[in-house]
Amino acid sequence: MARKLVSCTVNGTKRHYHIDVRASLSDMLRNEEGLDSIKHGCDVGECGACTVLIDGKPFNSCIYLAIWAEGKSILTVEGLNDVKTGISDIQQAFIDAGAVQCGFCTPGFIMASIPIIESDKPASRDEIRRQVAGNLCRCTGYEKIVDAIEKTQKKRIAERKSSS
Amino acid sequence: MDIIGAPLKRVDAKEKTTGQAKYTGDLVPRNALVAKVLHSTIGNGIVKSFDLTEAWKVPDIVDIVTCFDVPDIQFPTAGHPWSTDKKHQDIADRKLLNTRVRFYGDDIAAVIAENELAAREALRKIKVTYEEFEPVITVEDAMKPTRIPIHEERPDNVVVHSSYEIGSYEEARREPGLIKIEGDYETPIVQHCHIEKALSFAYIESGKIVVVSATQIPHIIRRICSQALGVGFGDIRIIKPYLGGGFGNRQDALTEPLNAFLATRVAGRPVKLEYTREETFNCTRVRHAMKFHIESYVRTDGSFAARSIIAYSNQGAYASHAHALVANAINGFRMMYPVGAIKGEAYTVYTNLPTAGAMRAYGIPQIGFALEAHVDDIVAKTGFDPIEFRKTNMMKLGYVDSLTTITCHSTGLAECIDKGERYLNYTEKRNTYKNQSGPIRKGVGMAIFCYKTGVYPISLETAACRMVLNQDGSFQLQVGATEIGQGADTVFVQMAAHTVGVTVDKVHLISKQDTDVTPYDSGAYASRQTYVSGMAVKKTAESLKAKILDFAGFMLHKDPWDLDIKENFIVHKHKEEHLLSVAEVAIESCYSLTNSQHIAAEESHHCSDNTYAFGVCFAEIEVDIPMCQIKVLDIINVHDSGKIINRQTAEGQVHGGMSMGLGYGLSEILKFDPKTGKMLNGNLLDYKLMTPIDTPDLHADFVETNDPTGPYGNKALGEPPVIPVAPALRNALFNATGVAMDSIPLNPEKLFFAFEHAGLYK
Ligand code: FES
Ligand code: FES
Repeated sequence: MARKLVSCTVNGTKRHYHIDVRASLSDMLRNEEGLDSIKHGCDVGECGACTVLIDGKPFNSCIYLAIWAEGKSILTVEGLNDVKTGISDIQQAFIDAGAVQCGFCTPGFIMASIPIIESDKPASRDEIRRQVAGNLCRCTGYEKIVDAIEKTQKKRIAERKSSS
Repeated sequence: MDIIGAPLKRVDAKEKTTGQAKYTGDLVPRNALVAKVLHSTIGNGIVKSFDLTEAWKVPDIVDIVTCFDVPDIQFPTAGHPWSTDKKHQDIADRKLLNTRVRFYGDDIAAVIAENELAAREALRKIKVTYEEFEPVITVEDAMKPTRIPIHEERPDNVVVHSSYEIGSYEEARREPGLIKIEGDYETPIVQHCHIEKALSFAYIESGKIVVVSATQIPHIIRRICSQALGVGFGDIRIIKPYLGGGFGNRQDALTEPLNAFLATRVAGRPVKLEYTREETFNCTRVRHAMKFHIESYVRTDGSFAARSIIAYSNQGAYASHAHALVANAINGFRMMYPVGAIKGEAYTVYTNLPTAGAMRAYGIPQIGFALEAHVDDIVAKTGFDPIEFRKTNMMKLGYVDSLTTITCHSTGLAECIDKGERYLNYTEKRNTYKNQSGPIRKGVGMAIFCYKTGVYPISLETAACRMVLNQDGSFQLQVGATEIGQGADTVFVQMAAHTVGVTVDKVHLISKQDTDVTPYDSGAYASRQTYVSGMAVKKTAESLKAKILDFAGFMLHKDPWDLDIKENFIVHKHKEEHLLSVAEVAIESCYSLTNSQHIAAEESHHCSDNTYAFGVCFAEIEVDIPMCQIKVLDIINVHDSGKIINRQTAEGQVHGGMSMGLGYGLSEILKFDPKTGKMLNGNLLDYKLMTPIDTPDLHADFVETNDPTGPYGNKALGEPPVIPVAPALRNALFNATGVAMDSIPLNPEKLFFAFEHAGLYK
């Protein structure tokens, strides 16, 4: 089957892949990079477990063709783990709030929440819910997930205010 | 600070937020072959033949196995502990692949290929010839005598029929002055929807078939695989990594037996068998749909004189857990209000639908809906206060169920009700909301439940644990009980640290189960693990502590009985002064030139007790009558689960159960084509489980009792939160509109007809 060269940035590093044109981005990142934080709950864009950021926007990587990633910058949960400073505030907030149960949805939710916590406009709990509406969790009832996102957004806004 | 009850963060949370936690799908070897199952495209019939010519031509195809090639062995799949008594063994009614097709999607053949695309292509190219029978979807139809039986062993399609009677129902209902209330109630087929799909992979290593599987019950799966393949228990090894949710679906053998068999077809090369989401819906397990007829005879003082129930449970194609669920339901009917004469009868009936199995709270959400809806029907007809009526009749401390001997060792149910009522201001609102008019109305509702902790005495309860001391005074904790998302690992660490007398950082929990290595435990179900496995942890911790103190006594030339361990140090009992650290004892015990010994402990616990957990849901809703929409304005669950070991994880369990209960009450239902029995909405878009925007803020609270039979005063919590939500919503709708629904979900299509029938659109 036809293969194509794809060049993109994955978690900050420039990468080149010679990839089957039919492959999904999630398969490419799991198989070629071992980025196992990307989970598959449905493979058809229903559950959000495979959410990654592409140029800063959340996408279901299971229905995003690998070849479309040409020239793009991709971020997964592994890219949030800083070797020096440890894990990011949103990951820590998920731990502290008790937002993790089976954990299968967790990386997807964390990635889907990044545009919210990076926004300067405070989001209400309902707005948070709307923005992560494409992600499903069967364990938590979303309560503590919303708590974690809400807290991190407040913290980030306060930090930006005090530094500006 | 006391570790029991402390808000310890989950021990696995960091791994799970960083992507380091490995689930079954993350461990599949790169050289693994891919297997796919061919599912029948008829709902009832017999496979006559296959034409495999075209399928074999697909490049990269490795093997094709059909229902004519598998061992002629029928095996059971239910995740119950095995019974050596034939009468109590699970029903063995399926083969690895089936010639007799019993539902739309039955497993009839499998292909193994070098890659997924080849496997899928080969599947498409297999041609099947069937002899077709008309599918039977409903229990009523299945029980008609003219039918071709779905299983020849059950000519009337009735899997099991059972009944009980406490006192004389006929006599009791003839008491003068009684008010009779009767009703029919019905619950739908729903699904677990754990976000990790059903999957496993299998290979042969050192002469053993190894299956790595997303299961709740590794030790039971080993037994089932050995039965299905006709090999010894020891010839199978099951490994269970992190699990992406279970909710009872994985308390059953799903992909594992066939996967084990397929590995033997390719000389032990790894074979992955991963279901798609659609297969996970159709070809694993669902919650039993049940129908109930309830009759109650109530005295004018608000007490029950007599009550009865007849229940019908739709089993689908294979027995799986079979009658255990509806039996649990009619037992729950008796236990909740153990007053007056009580009669119960239940049927479990085969139909040509997907197989029903265990799902969170095992038959009790079904009866919980029916019974608590019925209680509100009673209070509506009699004018009793809904809370007083429940308090008068509900189970009290010291109650001994006469049929199971399960005893109420502790109860905070009345306090739970009071807490919930105060939170919502229920009584006042209920009166205010009566007799509203207009298109938008509000209502409040409540429902209570009781739930037993574990399966004793219906089934065996056993659990084991091992602790191995390291030279630095820390130790490995290994349990056969499984972490499935509920937080079991975290509370086991708390229990172990508390009982040994060390801080939690000294406990290294081994989360993965491997049946060759891990001590025996029947697994995660029945909300049993903190209660049953928790006792095994406690006993092992006591044993480890005794061994540490023994060696400390040797080192200090003191009687070990005078010593204790507090926060990682050896102390005199009731004194604070540090004599030695546990680390000093540990290193000396390992390297002592005169008395070296490896300090480790292993204990098992045969549990022969049970106790009830309780709780309540209070909900306030707004109903948009023209739009047929229910909006939840406020909702709280209050639970008595004994002593809460970890408040944060406990709340998490309650929230998750409430969310599942909201789906059960408002939107979840699997639909089937009545002609073929084909599932119509088996995917995460068309099946309406709660998404973030559907879910309101959820409130969880507790009334902590100290149960004398729990290892740390604790009782069941994992499953119960789902139980009271749907009836509370239904009762709130009743309060808002006067419309008493007798089935769930309360979705717009159903509400439209109900509102129209009630004349609300005039
Ligand atoms: S796996 Fe991509 S959305 Fe479900
Ligand atoms: S934590 Fe299990 S699906 Fe979200």
